[in-house]
Amino acid sequence: MMGLSLSRMVAVLAKEFTQLVRDRLTYAMIIGIPVVQLLLFGYAINTDPKHLPTAVLVQDQGQFSRSILGSLQRSDYFSIDHVARTPEEMNKLIERGEVQFAITIPGDFTRRVVRRDKAQILVEADASDPAATGAAVAALASLPAEGLKHVLKGSLATINPAADPFEVVVQRRYNPESITSYNIVPGLVAMVLTMTLVMMTSLAMTRETERGTMETLLSTPLRPLEVMVGKLTPFVVVGIIQATLVITLARLLFGVPMAGGWAALILGLFLFIVGSLSLGFLVSTLARNQLQAMQMSFFYFLPSILLSGFLFPFRGMPEWAQWLGSILPVTHMLRVVRGAMLKGVGIAEAAPSLGALALFVVIVAGIAVKKYRTTLD
Amino acid sequence: MTFAIDVQGLSKRFGDHQAVDNVSLQIKQGHITGFLGPNGSGKTTSLRMLCGLLTPDSGTGQVLGLDFPREAEAIKRQTGYMTQKFSLYEDLTIEENLAFIARVYELDRMSARVDETLETIGLTHRRKQLAGQLSGGWKQRLALAAAVMHEPKLLLLDEPTAGVDPQARRGFWDNIHRLADEGMTVLVSTHYMDEAERCHEIAYIFNGKLIARGTGDSVIAESGLITYEAEGPRADRLGREFTGKPGVEMVAPFGTALHVSGTDRAKLEAAIQPFRRDPYVWTEVQPTLEDVFINLMRIHAPAEVRAA
Repeated sequence: MMGLSLSRMVAVLAKEFTQLVRDRLTYAMIIGIPVVQLLLFGYAINTDPKHLPTAVLVQDQGQFSRSILGSLQRSDYFSIDHVARTPEEMNKLIERGEVQFAITIPGDFTRRVVRRDKAQILVEADASDPAATGAAVAALASLPAEGLKHVLKGSLATINPAADPFEVVVQRRYNPESITSYNIVPGLVAMVLTMTLVMMTSLAMTRETERGTMETLLSTPLRPLEVMVGKLTPFVVVGIIQATLVITLARLLFGVPMAGGWAALILGLFLFIVGSLSLGFLVSTLARNQLQAMQMSFFYFLPSILLSGFLFPFRGMPEWAQWLGSILPVTHMLRVVRGAMLKGVGIAEAAPSLGALALFVVIVAGIAVKKYRTTLD
Repeated sequence: MTFAIDVQGLSKRFGDHQAVDNVSLQIKQGHITGFLGPNGSGKTTSLRMLCGLLTPDSGTGQVLGLDFPREAEAIKRQTGYMTQKFSLYEDLTIEENLAFIARVYELDRMSARVDETLETIGLTHRRKQLAGQLSGGWKQRLALAAAVMHEPKLLLLDEPTAGVDPQARRGFWDNIHRLADEGMTVLVSTHYMDEAERCHEIAYIFNGKLIARGTGDSVIAESGLITYEAEGPRADRLGREFTGKPGVEMVAPFGTALHVSGTDRAKLEAAIQPFRRDPYVWTEVQPTLEDVFINLMRIHAPAEVRAA
């Protein structure tokens, strides 16, 4: 009869603990992941975004208009930072994603209010992310009652603000039914590519080092860029297959529309795939073993999910978190893929995001090639 | 005689550890030089610096007529390096490994070369087998073939025969001699004394310092070591009688015999005198390379080690 021995168990326990403490990166991660990520996401994530960028087109220069704009600002949900002169300008702003809302106060507004003749203001919301617009749209319900309260004096005092002197017409664009999957599913393209490509390539060099084949590789005339291109190209194919698969399934199973931004989508995907692979390669030149490579990849995944606007509205985050999120290629890829599929944006409209992706590729690939050691030093 | 390697003052430090300390090497072209020394003495580090895998802290000279270490890349192209641990791809077939090497070196007649190499090492019929499934001896043959595929002028071998059976070792050394006959310069690190004797010259490194070099005979002669061998029943058990005796610098059992060595003949003979009796037979023998190396290690060991 073999009994369990406590001292044998303690022997294993002590050995594991020593090994754990000796691997400094793992040690740092044990402390780092909870603390950094808790602080980061605890403060950054906000599912009730306020101060959403709003453009206004005021065709009625009256006291009523000013009062309504003031009321919108006070609601905290809208931050009026663009004043458009033409409907075309408004359209461009919302299409490029520079504003979440476009509010039009028509030229006959004052006249209609005074005549109690179905006065309207038009609110166009970029509803491609329903979570980002939901609360703000709900807040609009009280606008007719509140918006003119302070200006209905004197002869106008007979207009009862409580009886809604005007109507707010809300137009949800790009995702009129506010279907969450229209927002999430295209975003999954970016997430799937991030997870698989970064992880796969992060093991590319560490595996060579661990198996000892790195020595052979280094003793040959291979140059860093040759190794990198050779190692990453097969995964570009993997990335293209995955992207095609996810987009096809998104269309077939979830009925996600394709508004026609193919050019921007394809260019964006290519840049994003190459960028993610370069990042994985960079991780693999830094990590000393496969475990470290995996940990570094995970450290990158969490902000990619939480700070990119994939799950939570990007504009709901405080400015510093938005700034952090803007460094992540996923953030830009999400904008490209959602813009292309839901809004049908072209390369010109998607240029800021595409440019950011291209910059990411250049910087990360550059560092990776520099960090690649041609010796065992 | 021209030197394939002529390097002075080679040094490399890892943190607090001086792995290689001011080593100068002159390796004759077309010769096989054995690089000897205990584990951790700096053999691997020296080889890696010579083929450009490690950057030396200091050291200059010429390798294959090229400026060392400035032209490390050019040196690398003309050097074949076989690592201590099998470092080809175990998850690729034998043929795929060779084809990879041929491509990386941009060799002409690629597939013909791969076929020839397979033929030479006798693995043609197993070409589709994964390299990881080969036994130690076959792996080593494959690794050697891969290292010389680009026809290097200099071949660096890092303990190539560790863990290989005697028959495979013999075959391996026949190959090395054949390559040297064709003009290749070979620097091979090893632990085995019989292998040291197969080399044209030897270089002995200890604690990062080069402490002996030359032909086997000259190294033995220069050591000034005198060795007596005792034979007879249980002669090997006599060892402990000699430890610490004046004049006796080294005692080592050799099978049933015992080697007692020292550099001072008079003192050594005086120490042996009490045991020149039945059933022991004493004869003076030529010290072996092993005797010489163990003695060198003893002389050059740091003071604290010697005291212990």
